Amino acid sequence: MSESSHFLFLIALLPFIGALLPGLMIRAGRTACAVFTAVPTALALILLMMLAPAVMRGEVVQAEIEWLPQLGLSASFFLDGLGLLFATMILGVGLLITLYARFYLSGDDPMGQFYTYLLLFQGAMLGIVISGNILLLLIFWELTSLSSFLLIGYWKHLPEGRQGARMALAVTGAGGLAMIGGMLILGDIVGSYELVDILAAGDAIRASEWYLPALILILLGAFTKSAQFPFHFWLPHAMAAPTPVSAYLHSATMVKAGIFLMARMWPVLSGTDAWFYIVATTGLVTMVLGAVIALFKDDLKALLAFSTVSHLGLLTMLLGFGTQAAAVAAVFHIINHLTFKAALFMTAGIVDHETHTRDIKRLGGLRHLMPITFVIGTVTALSMAGIPFFNGFLSKEMMLEEASHTKWLGSYYVIPVFATLGALLSVAYSYRFIVHVFLGPERDDYPHKPHDPPFGMWAAPALLAVLVLVIGIMPVLAEAVVTVAANAVTGADLHPHLKIWHGVTPALYMSVFAIIGGGVLLAVHAPLQRFWNAAPRPEAKEIFEWLVDSVAGLSRRITDISHNGAISRYLAIFVVTSVAVGAAAFFGSGLAAPTRGLLSVPPVIAVGWFMLIVATVSVVMMHHSRFRALVLIGVIGLTISAGFVYLSAPDLALTQISVETVTIMLLLLALHFLPKSTPKESPLGLKIRDGVIAVLAGAGVAGLAYAFMLRDIGTISDFHIANSYEGGGGTNVVNVILVDFRGYDTYGEIIVLGIAGLIIYAVMHALLDGPASRRLRNVDYSQDRSRDRHPLMMVVVTRVLMPLAAMVGLYIFLRGHNEPGGGFVAGLVIAIALLMQYMASGFAWTQARQRIQYHAMIGTGVVIAGLTGIGSWLFGSPFLTSSYTYIHLPPIEEFEVATAMLFDLGVFLTVLGAVMLMLYSLSRIARYAGETVNLEPMDYDPAKTGSGDREEA
Amino acid sequence: MELIVASAIGTLTAGGVYLMLRLRTFPVILGLALLSYAVNVFIFASGRLAIDMSPILSKYGDASYTDPLPQALVLTAIVISFGMTAVLVMIGLGAFLEAETDRIDVASDEAETNETKDGAA
Repeated sequence: MSESSHFLFLIALLPFIGALLPGLMIRAGRTACAVFTAVPTALALILLMMLAPAVMRGEVVQAEIEWLPQLGLSASFFLDGLGLLFATMILGVGLLITLYARFYLSGDDPMGQFYTYLLLFQGAMLGIVISGNILLLLIFWELTSLSSFLLIGYWKHLPEGRQGARMALAVTGAGGLAMIGGMLILGDIVGSYELVDILAAGDAIRASEWYLPALILILLGAFTKSAQFPFHFWLPHAMAAPTPVSAYLHSATMVKAGIFLMARMWPVLSGTDAWFYIVATTGLVTMVLGAVIALFKDDLKALLAFSTVSHLGLLTMLLGFGTQAAAVAAVFHIINHLTFKAALFMTAGIVDHETHTRDIKRLGGLRHLMPITFVIGTVTALSMAGIPFFNGFLSKEMMLEEASHTKWLGSYYVIPVFATLGALLSVAYSYRFIVHVFLGPERDDYPHKPHDPPFGMWAAPALLAVLVLVIGIMPVLAEAVVTVAANAVTGADLHPHLKIWHGVTPALYMSVFAIIGGGVLLAVHAPLQRFWNAAPRPEAKEIFEWLVDSVAGLSRRITDISHNGAISRYLAIFVVTSVAVGAAAFFGSGLAAPTRGLLSVPPVIAVGWFMLIVATVSVVMMHHSRFRALVLIGVIGLTISAGFVYLSAPDLALTQISVETVTIMLLLLALHFLPKSTPKESPLGLKIRDGVIAVLAGAGVAGLAYAFMLRDIGTISDFHIANSYEGGGGTNVVNVILVDFRGYDTYGEIIVLGIAGLIIYAVMHALLDGPASRRLRNVDYSQDRSRDRHPLMMVVVTRVLMPLAAMVGLYIFLRGHNEPGGGFVAGLVIAIALLMQYMASGFAWTQARQRIQYHAMIGTGVVIAGLTGIGSWLFGSPFLTSSYTYIHLPPIEEFEVATAMLFDLGVFLTVLGAVMLMLYSLSRIARYAGETVNLEPMDYDPAKTGSGDREEA
Repeated sequence: MELIVASAIGTLTAGGVYLMLRLRTFPVILGLALLSYAVNVFIFASGRLAIDMSPILSKYGDASYTDPLPQALVLTAIVISFGMTAVLVMIGLGAFLEAETDRIDVASDEAETNETKDGAA
């Protein structure tokens, strides 16, 4: 990678970095804001110009960093003649627009936001034209859709702005989706997503049977972006944007992205009948249709918008012809259209800004009031009309020349006739722009007395108007740029000569006819417009809205059917679908023969199994009585714990048994507030339906589990067993996996658990602050209250048990790395020990003795675990690499200390904190609900005389 | 042995699914608990069943061990499913206290009024 190719990365990055500036600089004033928008643009332009000489010599500047090589996605950039032309246009016009917008935007508009969006858009657009990887190109493509959405909807208070922005996003976004498909097919055919490889594989692509789908999908993307018929309708609605946006996006850059893409892919995709008929025909239709509509628009910007549609059609048609000469004409017209159309938009913006109206019917006679604007507008409009000595004439002549000898479905007349018609209409609306706005008698009813704007506002269009004249009179000056860009498009070595006089050719006749015919058409414009307005025609916006509404309606109906608000409905749908998919997979493929035999069943285990089945069935049968169901759930959990013991999973057994305990406590606490029984309300039919679904699901899962258990598969577990002691320093493989091999997972899990605890705490507070608190206060729980709530025996026993339980917890924690145990179990055991104190002596008494906040405990745990992981960075190892050593303290056996133990401490603290916070939150509600609290540990204390003190909360 | 484990998983699943299709919060929570058991045992069983082969490395060299990986996964799953149950219980409780009913389906006319409200907004 050479020095200069680094510039490409910088050029691509500068607008995005620069996008951070305007929002900050707006505090320093509007001019500072504009200057700091211009700086990154100007820097990028300077860098680009430093690369330009090499590109003009015919070299291709490339730069690449691997990004996601597995996907074939790399951050690779690629600058050839075509890219250089577009990049220069984007950055150059970007500078002009920055200047123009500084004066155009009013004091009420948030200017910092505008410039930020503008730079974001500029970066995205620049990315498209210098991407060397089509996946990267797609990313920038979508970014232009998004950033243009922000720009079009910049005036958020205008409904037209919001609707226009939404429509543009929907249309170009949908096209972008289609294009993703097309590009993926293309990459699949070539075997690479690099532009260089794709451009070299034109023959293979055209020969592929996937050529047509890829072509259509890519063209959908290009046509929607470049507003080709029938997707042209979004562009006029996007005119609700501020005029600088229209001038930048909708004449110079974004709408040219589709043209750029067709030009970029021209060597690969063009040259076939499909290309010619799709692209050239679409372009022709768009050109004529856009011009017709433009002629009858009274809104200045709408006129220009449809004229842009028409000229984009012209470009599309030229690219569609598939000849090298047509490609040269297209490249040249891209430059010319940019110069006159951007200037025209800015002129329209000036007129709007000064007179406060864009309605042609209310304008006219501005030539003396706004002489500078008049000159700029006239020069550029004449160029748009294609009058000699203005640059629009040159490329239009080339277009007509190409059109005059192009055959369409065997006819030599179709394309020339319609091309001339398009040119004629173009002349007509260009004349109209001049005549109806600037000429004619001066009026006295302008909404605002017009005069020329300040220099800063007309400088940018004036510069473009000068370019129009310079290129128009001395086309040789543009020859080098056109040559290098056209060579990049065609992949050939062309030497086009741009000149004004080509001799007496068919194109000249067509041109003369168009110029005269356009004048005639303008003369009869008034009656024609009356006729046009009276004629019925489809309104694109209404069709679009109807389409959007019907799609939204359809999805709403589907949603209503599946999500009607009853969770049981969609759970049922979900379960049935899962079973159906599983069954389809099962019956659709064979099942290999079992490779394992059955283990024998000792009688004790059979009894346990029987208990489990009976308990499960009983839960289902007796779930209306909630307490009874809870007891049965406990039975199931304990049976499963026993099963874990038998099936060589001591860690699981320990965890299950302690989790079971806290779960039951939690549910009991909740049941304190909930109804104690479930009403029998399901009709028989519903029960049968649910029963069938449940049995199907159960049978499916049982079958799956059975099939699974009888067959061997390769696992990665042998690695864990082999390395547990050597690498992790522990003999309890399960614990080593948790804190070492898969420590990252565990880290995530304790965070989830901590979050669950905090959610519960937050919900509790929300409840207590809400209307539910009043209800809670008024509930009378005296019915189910025990006479002796804090019995002496229980208080004494739990108090004695506390240190014992704490020691067991500590023991389980310490031995966890080598024997069953560890942070999870230890946390749960300590939690149970603490909960016993709450249960025996009551909430207030225990709470008064709590030293550490549970939230803090969760946080500390997560931080300790995290720091342990980060600690390994200090030794140059990846996150959570553990190390261990052996310590020998005389009275105790030699034991090993591993950093994993510190991590386990984090797990322990988080589990303890989360479990305690959950149960604490539920108990808090109880206390809030007007329960009496005791400050003494037990209701009757034999050490004191008399009964214990009790206080009402 | 495999047969009874599989049938236990199936029964727990069936019970869990049936209870989850009920119309009140509490049975749904119970159903979820049953389903959690079923899923945990299922994942555990995917390491194949083994007796007297705890994944605790023996000091005396050669010994065969059961698959430790599913056990590690299930261990965290048990704790996480407790956290999930707790959150559900709290939300169910909150809903009951706010709405004075623990029904989980919204009456259809109520759903419609909500919809028109959304549409208007």
